[in-house]
Amino acid sequence: MTDVSAGRERLTDQLSDDVLVSWLYDMQLIREFETRTAQAYQQAKIGGFCHVYTGQEACCVGTIAAMEHDDPIVTAYRDHGHALARGMTPEACMAEMFGKITGCAKGKGGSMHMFDKPNHLYGGHGIVGAQTPLGTGLAFAARYQWEVMGEGSKKVALAYLGDGALNQGSFHEAQNLAGLLNLPVIYIVENNGYSMGTSIERGTTMADNLVLKAKGYGIKGLQIDGFDILNVYNQFKPLVDECRDLQRPGFVDLKTYRYQGHSMSDPQKYRSKDEVEEWKSKDSIAALLSHLMSERSAVTEADWKTMQKDIRDRVKKSVDFAESSPDPEMSELTTDVYANPQPNLSPTEDYRHGVRNPLL
Amino acid sequence: MTTLSPIETKIHPALGEWELPTFLPEDQLPSREGDRVIQFREALREAMSEEMRRDKRVMLMGEEVAQYNGAYKISQGMLDEFGPKRVIDTPISENGFAGMAIGAAMYGLRPIVEFMSWSFSLVAADPILNNAPKMLYMSGGQWGCPIVFRGNDGAGGQLGSTHSWCVEGLFANVPGMKMVIPSNPYDAKGLLKTAITDPDPVFFLESERMLGDKAHVPDEEYYIPFGRARLARAGDACTLLSWGRPVHFCMEAAEALAADGIEVDVLDMRTIRPLDIDSVIESVKKTSRVVVVDQSWPFASIASEVITQIVERAFDFLDHQPKRVNTVDVPTPYNKHLEHAYLPNADRIAEAVRSVVNA
Ligand SMILES: Cc1ncc(C[n+]2csc(CCOP(=O)(O)OP(=O)(O)O)c2C)c(N)n1
Ligand SMILES: [Mg+2]
Repeated sequence: MTDVSAGRERLTDQLSDDVLVSWLYDMQLIREFETRTAQAYQQAKIGGFCHVYTGQEACCVGTIAAMEHDDPIVTAYRDHGHALARGMTPEACMAEMFGKITGCAKGKGGSMHMFDKPNHLYGGHGIVGAQTPLGTGLAFAARYQWEVMGEGSKKVALAYLGDGALNQGSFHEAQNLAGLLNLPVIYIVENNGYSMGTSIERGTTMADNLVLKAKGYGIKGLQIDGFDILNVYNQFKPLVDECRDLQRPGFVDLKTYRYQGHSMSDPQKYRSKDEVEEWKSKDSIAALLSHLMSERSAVTEADWKTMQKDIRDRVKKSVDFAESSPDPEMSELTTDVYANPQPNLSPTEDYRHGVRNPLL
Repeated sequence: MTTLSPIETKIHPALGEWELPTFLPEDQLPSREGDRVIQFREALREAMSEEMRRDKRVMLMGEEVAQYNGAYKISQGMLDEFGPKRVIDTPISENGFAGMAIGAAMYGLRPIVEFMSWSFSLVAADPILNNAPKMLYMSGGQWGCPIVFRGNDGAGGQLGSTHSWCVEGLFANVPGMKMVIPSNPYDAKGLLKTAITDPDPVFFLESERMLGDKAHVPDEEYYIPFGRARLARAGDACTLLSWGRPVHFCMEAAEALAADGIEVDVLDMRTIRPLDIDSVIESVKKTSRVVVVDQSWPFASIASEVITQIVERAFDFLDHQPKRVNTVDVPTPYNKHLEHAYLPNADRIAEAVRSVVNA
């Protein structure tokens, strides 16, 4: 996990203070949002399975910062961070978890299924690994559009996955297809060391060198310390540029850690408090803040206080919004099933269109 | 608070601007009679090629579809015409390429995915059942999935248990998808063209045993709407209905029954979702008797579904309890004679009709 750019001019050095401050803002927004999410879950305002992203903020913010806004991305069920980093409003994200019609999926998706078309987020996906062939298909179509149809420009798709998804057949098939067809997709393993209670060593071979797995499919891979957002950007951006330019796949083993349990119901017997504390001591938000304060003198203690307060207020507002938003009308139960509803598609239902998605 | 506006377009806005073809009433479609006789496989090829010429977003992928010219020669010559960027050989990787095609459909393409056999689609169950039909719903109406999955379904001829799947009973259970099971070249072409131009995911089930069947297919283009059964033969003793290959067994049985003076309606359903239950009910009201023939297993099958709907809607018109003829409820045997007995063949169908007519 050496920083290859150490000693050289780093890409992030060329970025303005404003850009880095916006990263700090986004990371803190995600953290605060997840704190509120956990609270709301405990109050039974959010149902189902809910997985918070706390600890991993540098991963999504750092990688998304290296992309164009219209590059398509797809992720797994631990997806609130990606949604916010991509530009979804906290309101749409929180309301979705509250199951409200104002949510990004009209309350039909829930915590694990965040979709945002205007921000090119092709979903959070609940089946481990399932999003990796989809991401491959996004890259396929993006390439097809400029190559066959002569429209658009070169894109790179991102497919995020957890370390547990490394062991799914779908992921291996996806990599093979991407390697074979030269598809511009980067698989980002957000390697937080555990899939539920199974540590990565107990789940996959070559756990300390996952890049080898990509190499097996002819795909260039990098191991990146995902706890240091400057490092994430500095190492990841050149890979994105290369994959865009050469229209080739890539792979990243992004080392990170989740502070909370796997889901909201996890006693965490499989890891020690010390281990958690050790990671927390290297916290990615604290590290960026310290860079901005001491090395850049771009943020003062007072600025930080103000930012935290702004974020607290903003997230609080999103909870209020979610709470006060209406449930979907009962008629919404049978809408959005068919794009072209016809008679006799079902013995019991007469499908119709309902209301437009609030994001469209 | 955002006020959400009702959708007023016919096609869901998740699909963007979407044009449906013009559907003519059945009696205005080009004639089924004529001397432009082609094979079932050629009818499928013509449908795909015509749509690919019209729309660059349409492309074909699957195992052996390009350089090998198709494992069953359905896509013969298509690589030459459309090139390797639009006719794509995939590795044996159904889960991967089905999922890839779904991602591509979300992004704006209209992929056709060929499964060498629907039996092999089982390893792609997650993408085809969990992603394609649910995308519109799960995304709250942001993304649809305009895609066609097609391939051989049902017993191919002594292929044994693993290769003889009839997936319709399993898959038609899932809301969000449409299912087409044509029985002849004319319908196959018109229905496949409709499938490719439909904005919803379509499961298109062919039969290896029918790919060489020949019939007149007109020169001019035509689209056959989903949800309209075809009356293949008329009679008032009993309603006999099926879809796909067993329609031919029904016609054979009807011929044999006619020799004994029993004339039956034979309905070729053509699509399962939507299901033209209205035509079935109309026929049952005339005949008061019904036999449903289905080449999948009986338990929770399409036949079960059709009969339930008949009982729900025309109970008072029935003079005999409805009957179903399915494949025998066992894994598919290899032995030729056992396989014949296993399938819903003409003898079993005729016997079922006699039992309801003579009661
Ligand atoms: C196919 C499938 N099997 C099992 C599950 C249940 N499950 C949900 S998350 C999870 C662990 C996945 O861990 P990882 O991929 O490392 O992601 P993380 O939770 O660490 O973000 C499991 C087993 C599932 N959702 N899908
Ligand atoms: Mg993990």
